[in-house]
Amino acid sequence: MKTDSLLIRIGLAFYLLLFFTYLLGPLVLMSITAFNSPSFPQATPWEVLTFEWFRVLYNDARIINGIKNSFIVGFFTVILSVIMGLAGALMLTQIWPKMRATFYTIIIAPILIPGVVLGISTLVFWDRINVMLGLSNDSFLHNGILLTVLGQSTFIASYCMLVFVARLQRYDTGLTEAALDLGATHTQAFRKIQLPFLAPAIGSAAVLAFLASFENYNTTTFTFGKYPTLTIELAQKVRYGINPSISSLAFIIVVLTVFFALAHEVRNRRAQLAIANGAPVGAVSAGFKLPKVFAGNPAAIILALFVTVSISLIAFAQFYDPEPAKAVLLKKKRAEQQKRIDALQKRLKEKRLQKIFKGPDIFGDGSSKVPQPPSKTPFGNVFDPGNLNKVAPGKEKPAAKPASPFGNVFDPGNLNKVAPEEKGKTTKP
Amino acid sequence: MSEGVGVDLQDVWIKFGEFVAVRQANVNIKGGEFFSFLGPSGCGKTTILRAVSGFLEPSDGKILIGGNDMAGFGPNERPTALIFQNLALFPLMKVWENIAFSLEVKGASASERRKRADELLDMIALTGQGDKLPSELSGGQRQRVAIARALCAEPDVLLLDEPLSALDLKLRQHMRTELREIQKRVGITFIYITHDQGEALTMSDSVAVMKAGIIDQIADGKSIYDDPATAFVASFVGENNVFRGTVKKVTKDMAVISTNRTGDLRARIPASAQTKLSLGDQAMLFIRPEALDVTESKNKSDTRIKAKVHHSEFEGQGYNVFLEGSEGKEIKMSLTNRGETRMYDSGMELTLHYDANQAVALPAGELASE
Repeated sequence: MKTDSLLIRIGLAFYLLLFFTYLLGPLVLMSITAFNSPSFPQATPWEVLTFEWFRVLYNDARIINGIKNSFIVGFFTVILSVIMGLAGALMLTQIWPKMRATFYTIIIAPILIPGVVLGISTLVFWDRINVMLGLSNDSFLHNGILLTVLGQSTFIASYCMLVFVARLQRYDTGLTEAALDLGATHTQAFRKIQLPFLAPAIGSAAVLAFLASFENYNTTTFTFGKYPTLTIELAQKVRYGINPSISSLAFIIVVLTVFFALAHEVRNRRAQLAIANGAPVGAVSAGFKLPKVFAGNPAAIILALFVTVSISLIAFAQFYDPEPAKAVLLKKKRAEQQKRIDALQKRLKEKRLQKIFKGPDIFGDGSSKVPQPPSKTPFGNVFDPGNLNKVAPGKEKPAAKPASPFGNVFDPGNLNKVAPEEKGKTTKP
Repeated sequence: MSEGVGVDLQDVWIKFGEFVAVRQANVNIKGGEFFSFLGPSGCGKTTILRAVSGFLEPSDGKILIGGNDMAGFGPNERPTALIFQNLALFPLMKVWENIAFSLEVKGASASERRKRADELLDMIALTGQGDKLPSELSGGQRQRVAIARALCAEPDVLLLDEPLSALDLKLRQHMRTELREIQKRVGITFIYITHDQGEALTMSDSVAVMKAGIIDQIADGKSIYDDPATAFVASFVGENNVFRGTVKKVTKDMAVISTNRTGDLRARIPASAQTKLSLGDQAMLFIRPEALDVTESKNKSDTRIKAKVHHSEFEGQGYNVFLEGSEGKEIKMSLTNRGETRMYDSGMELTLHYDANQAVALPAGELASE
């Protein structure tokens, strides 16, 4: 029994580990690449801590423009979707019961239709409208922002409606009746009673709508016109190869997400704690009280840590200068290369000498009188059979950096620095 | 005290498709009256209330409030305020905001609203609780807030839809007296819906007893209890021993019913049923448990029933004695506890007496289900 439960526990822990690695691993790895200096996103080998990619990101006009467009589109999509979703949900609660299922199906359909289809149809539909109205080709109906907002809202409004429907199911229509009975008009009853009740749902729907809009690609790709959003820009960038500034953007998004998720959790826990401790509900919604917030609220502690780390990271980035470290690294790399070049040249010389005395010998090691101990670096020049003979132990061994098992073979920096003729010599004896 | 505004229902029919919820209701509620609709659940009393407050229009007939036809007026245009069964306090508003909601929609300033709310909070003995949320109040307090909120609208007619049904017994009894006092103080017409006959009888000036959409009787509490108009009213309001049979002899206000199992019994015919009984008709005779006694009174109209004690219950203020008459007829007798040591053991043979004036003979009809 005991071993059974232990096994299950270990299994469960392993599963969880696997699960979270699968879930969060890519994010963690990507975040690391944002701080590594190589110009291709890579976490290993770790070279030098750098914040350069954030600057590159900031100076990338296309990305910044994409973000700006995404925010504009997101803002209007939120407004349009929340309003349409709310209207749809209210309609659903008030329509005749017989019609309800049909209406629900119709209004939920955009979620089931592929975004590509929505994108094309939006484009075609508004173009037709444009033609029917006899407007020119550069009219507002061909504006990328407008079309993108309209296209995205078609299905995001359905998401919003689902949120509202869930909330409205808990609404007591008696409250509206009570308000009417007390002399309120229908508008007043809606604004003063039903709308405040829906406020939390409006918040969630807005967040949902914004995120859906921000990440949307397949609908936007047909409608963006002259206003590419961030996703569009990223997709276009990938075609020309990416650099870690993308990682730094992703890192910023991850940080913001974690921050808001934690902040939200802190608020929830706080309210729960307060209610559990018998505090009046009114007090819970009052202002932010710092010291008590932490009592029994792990989310608050994590949030505080998180914010502290983020702020110190930003502060650190202000005066941290990766250039000296980079220079050191560069020097080191150069020295290594120089050593290698020297070694190669030396070997070459020896080979030439051998050729002179023994005639052509393709297999350099075949005629060696004393077998030399193999080089200690497993991959450093391992494919060069001549090396085994010629490299004198201790003297010629490249000073391999412990962090790079591949001896910087794949380091793009090396590719630039190694002269082509030397490369040729290393591979061909 | 002002005269108050009366409510009249004239031939009101309310139908939902094929279903008739209210059948030809004619009610005349005087201004300043505490009027109750009493009936089992599903009898259409809430439907009447919703029609009066304007949430639904009668299919036929007229509803007059203060002599004005209310057809076409919405709930927010009628001089009525409804207290909902679940109270329907606005959960996100503070107590004082709830109370002053009717002023808010009229555009009154916050200070004005607060002042009025505080006055009403004083009246319902919740001084200083205005800044709480409704969820922080107890059931009885919420109840009073709902009343204050309705009164704040200064309605001519206050409609109450079983507002006490969710409270426990003690609180309910307390709220009954409180409601009655509030009604006397403000002097407006109260229309009260309940399925609890105790509530209806203790509080009301008049009671309308309803059964399946039909109003059987409208009278004051004592008349309803003593002179029920139909078999349903007799069986629904209070307890009654029912004897079925046929009319053997009938005078203007007295009848002898030849009962199925208990022989011939005499009873009074209430005024409302006096022309409805003739010889040979199916009839029902009702005797209240407290009208039965074991000691013979001097009254001439005294009538006897022989029965055997099945068991008895001591209830403090009295005994309930359950007897078995001839052929197993179940009879219940309630006796007041006057301190006598006498007990009623099982199997004891008794001769019960009752005053024929306290028994009621009515045409046979549907009884209230237990």
